Amino acid sequence: MSTSIGLRLRNALDSDFAYLFLRSPVAVLSAFVVIVLVLAAIFAPLISPQDPFNPIELNLMNGFTPPGTPNAFTGESFWLGTDDQGRDVFSTILHGMRISLFVGVSAVSFALLLGVTLGLLAGYVGGWTDTIIMRVADVQLTFPAILVAMLIFGIAKGITPVEYRDQMAIWVLILAIGLSDWVQFARVVRGATLVEKGREYVQAAQLIGRRPGAIMLRHILPNVLSPVLVIATISLALAIIAEATLSFLGVGAPPTQPSLGTLIRIGQGFLFSGEWWILLFPSLTLLALALSVNLLGDWLRDALNPRLK
Amino acid sequence: MSYVTVKDLSRRFDVSKPWLNRVIERRKKAFLTAVDDVSFEIPEKGVYGLVGESGSGKSTIGRMLVGLLPPSEGSVQIGGIDPFDQHDPDAQAHLRSDVQMIFQDPYASLNPRWRVRDIIVEPVVARGGETRGLAEQLLEQVGLSAEDAAKFPHEFSGGQRQRICIARALSSRPKLIVCDEPTSALDVSVQAQVLNLMSDLREELGLTYLFISHDLTVVRHMCDRIGVLYLGRIVEEADSEQLFAAPKHPYTQMLLEVAPRIDEIGREVPEPVGEIPDPINRPPGCAYAQRCPIAQPICSSQRPEFRKLGGTSVACHFAD
Repeated sequence: MSTSIGLRLRNALDSDFAYLFLRSPVAVLSAFVVIVLVLAAIFAPLISPQDPFNPIELNLMNGFTPPGTPNAFTGESFWLGTDDQGRDVFSTILHGMRISLFVGVSAVSFALLLGVTLGLLAGYVGGWTDTIIMRVADVQLTFPAILVAMLIFGIAKGITPVEYRDQMAIWVLILAIGLSDWVQFARVVRGATLVEKGREYVQAAQLIGRRPGAIMLRHILPNVLSPVLVIATISLALAIIAEATLSFLGVGAPPTQPSLGTLIRIGQGFLFSGEWWILLFPSLTLLALALSVNLLGDWLRDALNPRLK
Repeated sequence: MSYVTVKDLSRRFDVSKPWLNRVIERRKKAFLTAVDDVSFEIPEKGVYGLVGESGSGKSTIGRMLVGLLPPSEGSVQIGGIDPFDQHDPDAQAHLRSDVQMIFQDPYASLNPRWRVRDIIVEPVVARGGETRGLAEQLLEQVGLSAEDAAKFPHEFSGGQRQRICIARALSSRPKLIVCDEPTSALDVSVQAQVLNLMSDLREELGLTYLFISHDLTVVRHMCDRIGVLYLGRIVEEADSEQLFAAPKHPYTQMLLEVAPRIDEIGREVPEPVGEIPDPINRPPGCAYAQRCPIAQPICSSQRPEFRKLGGTSVACHFAD
């Protein structure tokens, strides 16, 4: 068993894909940044110097400590400084990134599941099913995604009881971003399904009496997945930005579970009073995260496109 | 006793413009008649060939036989069962494993993401049958090796892929195989190998073939009886030897005349005149009348019925 895993690993390192990857400095660098940030987010409770949500660990005397200099009263020093509550900015960024990534990944997974299912149905079944699904998609595309997300967020918030609102906020956020993002998955999958449906291997499966569900899942789905992978990566960057935008506008993650966007919103209040670090560092983190995921997606699109080789 | 009976089979496709366009432009619905009133029989263990140009409806007939496409009119009976009769699901399920198809393009007819083993046994898996060792045995039967079962389709050449398609078609132990131009995507040298394999398998397993092709030499090599299609209609039907020795219909005569011959390379051939008429607006009489050298006024007004001339059936007013 171990030999076969070793063999697979060697094959993977030998492939065109690995070759193209190692030859592109942008891809290697952005993959490195993404991996570091994701690991930092996953292990945030272990890495961060303090738990920013535990009031016992906070000291109000530490408020507004500039980065790298010891606090005038307590003598404590913080890498990236502290905010008004004496929270370590580095720790809040790690925890904020955790929420941003969680929302981003969940929202994209939700959009992917919904979009791929509807796209397969529209492409394979055709007729009225196709018309209805794609017209809904067209209508949704005429609105900006962030507006759709805000609308869904508003409705969902309206129907959840007040006492659950803060707990539900993250899930509502995922639902809102996911629902605003399924269209591009559906469109791409529908197009690819139409192509695959005409191939003879699908007819071979039809004539032996395979059911449509089995044909869609086992025959067509594996053949339409590579463009989906590219869209999912680029969507992830967009979803992280969408989440930050919503949180910045105050309709996203609540202050009790601050995401990067919430941190930026809090930070911008201190910009003119001179505490620039509370805004700058979360913004830079968001920039690095979104940019490297996007660059990775771009590279993936080129690498998976046989016409560009 | 014939195994396959096709009676008065017709298929029309709706090629109308969308509803709104029709209303605005005041047009009627338009239908394309791909297959028109076709009847033939295939005896058990026989090989029936359908020849015709592109657009003559040969593939449509094949697809109706295997149940991929419902006929507009007429009936198909395979071993006494109608593949479109929904009342008897057991008989249908039986028929699904009795009828298989080999497709034209070996590059599109194998799922690129599946291993050869899974591709070959799928017809059996769909029925819930036992598949252990089946793929390996079938691969050896079609002249590939058992180790190929673990590979993916892209590791094979066109001829090898067509052998995999044959192995898949054999896995459910079918009685009838519909071959839709199985060799037209292959090199000439590979064509012969695949055709010989198909002939051998027929004798070994007692298969019945419906062989669809536009290549007269291939059909002559394979088939017992041949139907010549023109614009969705059979214009001449005869035993293979007889059709090539004494073609009766002017269209068949033209086809044989222009077919390339190895012993007369570079010969001058009178070019066929005209085109196949539009299948959306079919001419009322004989579809071949515009191109026919012996056509009379009656040909473009009255449709010729099938006549028996010796062992040949021909749909022409003037054939003798």
